Amino acid sequence: MNVKKQFKEGLITQNPVLVQLLGMCSTMAITTSIMNGLGMGVSVLIILTLSNIFIALLRKIIPDEVRIACYIVVIAGFVTCVQLLLKAYLPALDKSLGVFIPLIVVNCIILGRAEAFANKNTVGASALDGIFQGLGYTVVLVIMCFFRELFGSGKLMGFQIMPTSYTPALLLVLPVGGFLCLGALIAVMQWALAKSAKKKEGTKQ
Amino acid sequence: MTDYKNLKLMASSSPHIRNNEDTRSIMLDVIIALIPALAMAVYNFGWRALSVTAWSVICAVFWEWGYCKVMKKPQMIGDLSAVVTGILVAFICPVTMPYWMILLGDFFAVVVVKQLYGGIGTNFLNPALAGRAALLACYATAMTHWGAPGTRAAIFGSAADVVTTATPMAIMKEGDFSALTDAFTVGDMFIGKVGGSLGETSAMMLLLGGAYLLVRKVISWHTPVAYLGTVAVLCLISAPAGANAVTYMLYNLFGGGLMLGAIFMATDYTTSPVTKPGQIVFGIGCGLLTCFIRRFGSYPEGVCYSILIMNCTTWLLDKYIRPTIYGAPKKEKKEAAAK
Repeated sequence: MNVKKQFKEGLITQNPVLVQLLGMCSTMAITTSIMNGLGMGVSVLIILTLSNIFIALLRKIIPDEVRIACYIVVIAGFVTCVQLLLKAYLPALDKSLGVFIPLIVVNCIILGRAEAFANKNTVGASALDGIFQGLGYTVVLVIMCFFRELFGSGKLMGFQIMPTSYTPALLLVLPVGGFLCLGALIAVMQWALAKSAKKKEGTKQ
Repeated sequence: MTDYKNLKLMASSSPHIRNNEDTRSIMLDVIIALIPALAMAVYNFGWRALSVTAWSVICAVFWEWGYCKVMKKPQMIGDLSAVVTGILVAFICPVTMPYWMILLGDFFAVVVVKQLYGGIGTNFLNPALAGRAALLACYATAMTHWGAPGTRAAIFGSAADVVTTATPMAIMKEGDFSALTDAFTVGDMFIGKVGGSLGETSAMMLLLGGAYLLVRKVISWHTPVAYLGTVAVLCLISAPAGANAVTYMLYNLFGGGLMLGAIFMATDYTTSPVTKPGQIVFGIGCGLLTCFIRRFGSYPEGVCYSILIMNCTTWLLDKYIRPTIYGAPKKEKKEAAAK
């Protein structure tokens, strides 16, 4: 078990959104305010960690032929739990995230990690993978929310940050702003990764 | 007598005849063709029209220069394409547009739409129109603040001081065609004494520029004629009850950004088809979409979006509409084209 390597993979080199390009739909749809981004990110983090643990536990029992269906049952179970908890304790957040909470069932990040990691690794490693991948997702969501909320509505966490004379760039809150923002982030990430890969090559020689 | 012994056979691949036309000279022609419309804009809206255009050019060139500098690419500002983009962005904004919004619009046009897709010749959308679409999505209020014709917008004044008016397209959208004929005559529409974007109002001056470009062979007639023709025919057959069909057609032709779009934007080399039949299909598509948006859409004017949408079909038109290969028999021609 290599905690440091898993941490780096989850947040940077194998970042679910910026490198694996998974879970794009929710990333673009809900990142209009930091509260939404945090709520979504933490929900996915919890569901991902729990489903990773359970799938790792069951990995020797689940028959290979029907594994996807079994994963979905496990994931859907946790999504329902989280959705009911949100409805009970954070009804406002549940309302603003709307259909995107139940849609976590088909979020590629969770199914992808189950398929690619949890069914081959121990329970501990899978739990860590869930936490770090979930963190990587949350960080990207919050970064996108920061730019879109600050420049698209002049606020942060619902508080007015920009001077009132600032005309918000509505484009950023619209879906097209999500595409532009995500594209720019992916480009920056790829540029940084390519640069560090080049540096590594240089030090080896 | 010719010295046959020392005569050398020069073997080189085509082209054998060259002229000095390059991107720079073409762009210079486009700039010259845009000057009449700019003069009309100054006459119509005051000196701010000139200052907004000049500022937009400075911004566009600055972004082009800055992007190439940061990305360590060869400097291309000498080809003047950024200057044309800058002028066109200013032309499709209201004269009261704040300068910092123009700066952002030019950023979107030059950096996001043009340079990120590989620079001149590789962008798939018209940069100026995409810049306008972005500005309209961002700042809808500022982008629909139309100065009335004959107003003198202060160069550093606030937009609120300017007398505003509804554009002919907006009046037509209200569905009251007789209100439009009362407000502006066909002559006003043709000369450009109406409200609207900075450089789009004067059909006369834009046609003058278009004629210059045709004579200089910078553009071919195919796209503009197909575009304007489609709009004209559609308007003739679909004029509202009680309106004279010909008058209705003329108002539609001279109103809004149609002339500017048809002559200067639908003919952009990079984002329109290469072949002549392709250009005609492109123009007809633009015309249909413009009419549909004006008639049934929620926006009063559809030129910008119709050209942007047709830009996205350019690769398809280039793929399926190809010239037949010279000298090949008919059947082989078809096979060759299919390849």
